[in-house]
Amino acid sequence: MIAKHLPRVLIYGVLLVAAFFFLAPLYVMLATSFKDAEQIRSGNLLSLPNALNFDAWALAWSSACTGVDCRGLKPYFVNSVIMAVPAVLISTAWGAINGYVLSMWKFKGSELLFGFMLFGVFMPFQVVLLPMSQVLGFFGLSSSLTGLILVHCIAGLAGTTLFFRNYYTAIPKELVNAARIDGAGFWRIFYRIVIPMSTPILMVTLIWQFTNIWNDFLFGVAFSGADSKPITVGLNNMANTSSSVKSYNVDMAAAVIAGLPTMLVYVLAGQYFVKGLTAGAVKG
Amino acid sequence: MKTFENILPKLVIAPGFVLGFAFIYGFMIWNGVLSVTGSRMLPNYSEFVGLEQYARLWEMDRWIVALKNLGIFSVLYVGGSMLLGMGLAIFLDQKIRFEGLLRTVYLYPMALSFIVTGTAWKWILNPSLGLEKLMHDLGWASFSFDWLVQSDTAIYCVVIAGIWQSAGFAMALSLAGLRGIDDSIIKAAQIDGASLPRIYWRIILPILRPVVFSTVLVLSHLSIKSFDLVMALTAGGPGYASDVPATFMYVMSFTRGQIGLGAASATMMLATVAAIVVPYLYSELRAKPHDR
Repeated sequence: MIAKHLPRVLIYGVLLVAAFFFLAPLYVMLATSFKDAEQIRSGNLLSLPNALNFDAWALAWSSACTGVDCRGLKPYFVNSVIMAVPAVLISTAWGAINGYVLSMWKFKGSELLFGFMLFGVFMPFQVVLLPMSQVLGFFGLSSSLTGLILVHCIAGLAGTTLFFRNYYTAIPKELVNAARIDGAGFWRIFYRIVIPMSTPILMVTLIWQFTNIWNDFLFGVAFSGADSKPITVGLNNMANTSSSVKSYNVDMAAAVIAGLPTMLVYVLAGQYFVKGLTAGAVKG
Repeated sequence: MKTFENILPKLVIAPGFVLGFAFIYGFMIWNGVLSVTGSRMLPNYSEFVGLEQYARLWEMDRWIVALKNLGIFSVLYVGGSMLLGMGLAIFLDQKIRFEGLLRTVYLYPMALSFIVTGTAWKWILNPSLGLEKLMHDLGWASFSFDWLVQSDTAIYCVVIAGIWQSAGFAMALSLAGLRGIDDSIIKAAQIDGASLPRIYWRIILPILRPVVFSTVLVLSHLSIKSFDLVMALTAGGPGYASDVPATFMYVMSFTRGQIGLGAASATMMLATVAAIVVPYLYSELRAKPHDR
């Protein structure tokens, strides 16, 4: 109804130009990754590759060098999987239990506790870097994947607790009260009533945590050692390595590989991803 | 048994809250303690130096540069993402065909790591083979674009990549806000003869104020924390020309062996984020009635 007042052509024009702006870097990454060094020199950003040449991809995956280490991105990718899977599952389950208590078993002071926990969603993690590296050292977890998993579980807890707490607050209290009168206890109500109603928020939280943890760079670069670097650190080291010849096609293939898992999740379950973004912004 | 049921919920959340609070507030204090010591390569708690690290910090050119860059980056990144995002949301709200597809396209960068974004943009903004060569090939021979390697412009490259990554986020939140507005308000204004820009400026924007407010808040605190993008795109260079507080903190603490100074800079970052976020959290939690 507002529509007919604005020239449609203009609207579509602007939207398409914007779409080009957002898609261009993805196209450039893919196109560059299929070119060889000669084509990169002779062509330009938008020129099509001559052929689908997977050499750069193979290099990026298994034999590109970062310094003297020529194992490609594969070990880093594996590290990220080993790190992300348990960290995502634990932080999500932990948040669900916390959110359940904070919404359905409120006690004196629980709202205040929750308020103080919320700051953990926003705080700059630079503040915890130095103390955390001390603590990890004390427990012998420096430079280990176990240490990184632990850090991600605790760092993500404020966010996952917030997600579940806000979602469970909307479940009618009568449901829980009725179950309580029937003699159901704390865990029974959780398993039989609350969990079966949690599918949407579980999806949102799992995807949110996976995206955050997979994409994390700060903890990865501060707490990992030679054998426990996650993919973001591996990619950054590879792309910023100061070797004599820069292989942009390998860098771009590596960037696509590093971005692929979260992109896949986004394409397959975008609606939950968007809900997570919105829920992360609107508190209370 | 009855009493056990009563304390069970508290027992269940205790580990999370003990660890969570130790992580948030315990480490905050610990970091504060480190910042008043003379720690260098290793923490040294016996050497109390008072506020000396803070004084050193504010005398360092590198820190001042980092703060200036943060100022430039925050204003342009938050402002740019908001303008582009809200603009796209308003256009998308005009009953557009393929709206879902366009939304997906605008938002996908949010799913990517800043390291991926930074790597891609580093190549696009490459002074000789990137955008510059593209323009030459298109016939614009005098086009020159070397912002990435110039001290005074490198930070603007971070802004460009940052807006590209985050505009979709502002779009998604604004669109959700626009969808919540009752059509009848707009219809009534139109019957009264208000023009469309006027309707958006005078009626819709004020209704969207809470949405704009929380989006700006989230983007601002992200800009203060921004670390990955700078590391991937410029690594703070050339020299330290595009350093921001987050990269400053990392370099001092983990590569320069200046733990006390790094801790002091982390405290400054915390104070800045807290100044923005705490009033917001306070108002959000207070406004919420104790409904249960």
